Amino acid sequence: MIYLQLFLSFLQIGLFSFGGGYAAMPLIQGQVVDAHGWLSMSEFTDLITISQMTPGPIAINSATFVGIKIAGLPGALAATLGCILPSCVIVTFIAWLYLRYRRLNALQSVLNSLRPAVVAMIASAGVSILVTAFWGNEARITLAGTNRTLAVIFLLCVLLLRKGKMNPIWVMVLAGVLNAAVSLVGT
Amino acid sequence: MENKRQVLAKLFLSTLYLSAFTFGGGYVIVTLLKKKFVDEYHWIEENEMLDLVAIAQSAPGAIAVNGAIVVGYKLAGIAGALTAIVATIIPPFAIISLIAVFYAAFRSNVIISKILEGMQAGVGAVIASVVYEMGAGVVQSRSAASILIMAASFIAACVFQVNVIYIVLACILLGTARTLIHIRREERK
Repeated sequence: MIYLQLFLSFLQIGLFSFGGGYAAMPLIQGQVVDAHGWLSMSEFTDLITISQMTPGPIAINSATFVGIKIAGLPGALAATLGCILPSCVIVTFIAWLYLRYRRLNALQSVLNSLRPAVVAMIASAGVSILVTAFWGNEARITLAGTNRTLAVIFLLCVLLLRKGKMNPIWVMVLAGVLNAAVSLVGT
Repeated sequence: MENKRQVLAKLFLSTLYLSAFTFGGGYVIVTLLKKKFVDEYHWIEENEMLDLVAIAQSAPGAIAVNGAIVVGYKLAGIAGALTAIVATIIPPFAIISLIAVFYAAFRSNVIISKILEGMQAGVGAVIASVVYEMGAGVVQSRSAASILIMAASFIAACVFQVNVIYIVLACILLGTARTLIHIRREERK
């Protein structure tokens, strides 16, 4: 029964991918390409590309993409449901524990050590996004190899956010439109 | 605070809207959730939001989904968690379904790929701005330990590519050790 297989495969992906985003990639490949042969390796690479270019987590995108390809819309629903079920149960449980016990001083003091690390991890994710934007997938980071258009757009966006207090979503849309406009003028 | 139904409606609409614009991974939706629910609606305090983010990333699964669940649960219990998760999944589900059907045409469209490429720079700017605000908060606390943890975690994640789950676990262990030492000292006094 293909729906059950899709559900169970993506349940494992949802359950064992810690750390989000790219951490899930090898797991998805293991299930979808190696174990079941639902996608070829080149289709899988395409899927990662789509995931990078569209909103949404890689795991959810993969569940939808593979589900549709293998068993249509019901397949996509079964795979997506499998993918989010572990999160629903585990996260809700931890959140319940947290809201119930957070007034305890001991827990507060443990969380005090965690908060600065969270800021650092968000910063690190920002750095990797910018490195991909400025230097693409090239191995070397050089001044000459920098995508200057994107670097200027980035600085402009920072300015609009910090000084102009502009809505972040409009800043992102503007960045996309600017880049397309520059490339149209250039050609 | 508004009644539960209004909270759920607002939660649904804002998570749906944010999820549709989450380019570039789970941390982006986390920063956007913070902007919406902490800075704009004032439904969640800043410190509490950082704790919720920590929960979202220490549990398995996609950070965007986990983030929506914790925020939804905090605001309106199980109903809130379900509302947030449905709203978070609809945009990627709809977009990927369409793309799966029209992939060949989508992939070769130059304008679309340029727009998406430009949006990466915009996303980077949004994250930089949020990190600046949060990082300034940590530095202003003048706690040497906090600043050290922030610097060490950044180097571990960014330079050494350490999986974030290990960083979270290490900080929890460190925090537990610090708390125990503190309690011992208090007892001796």
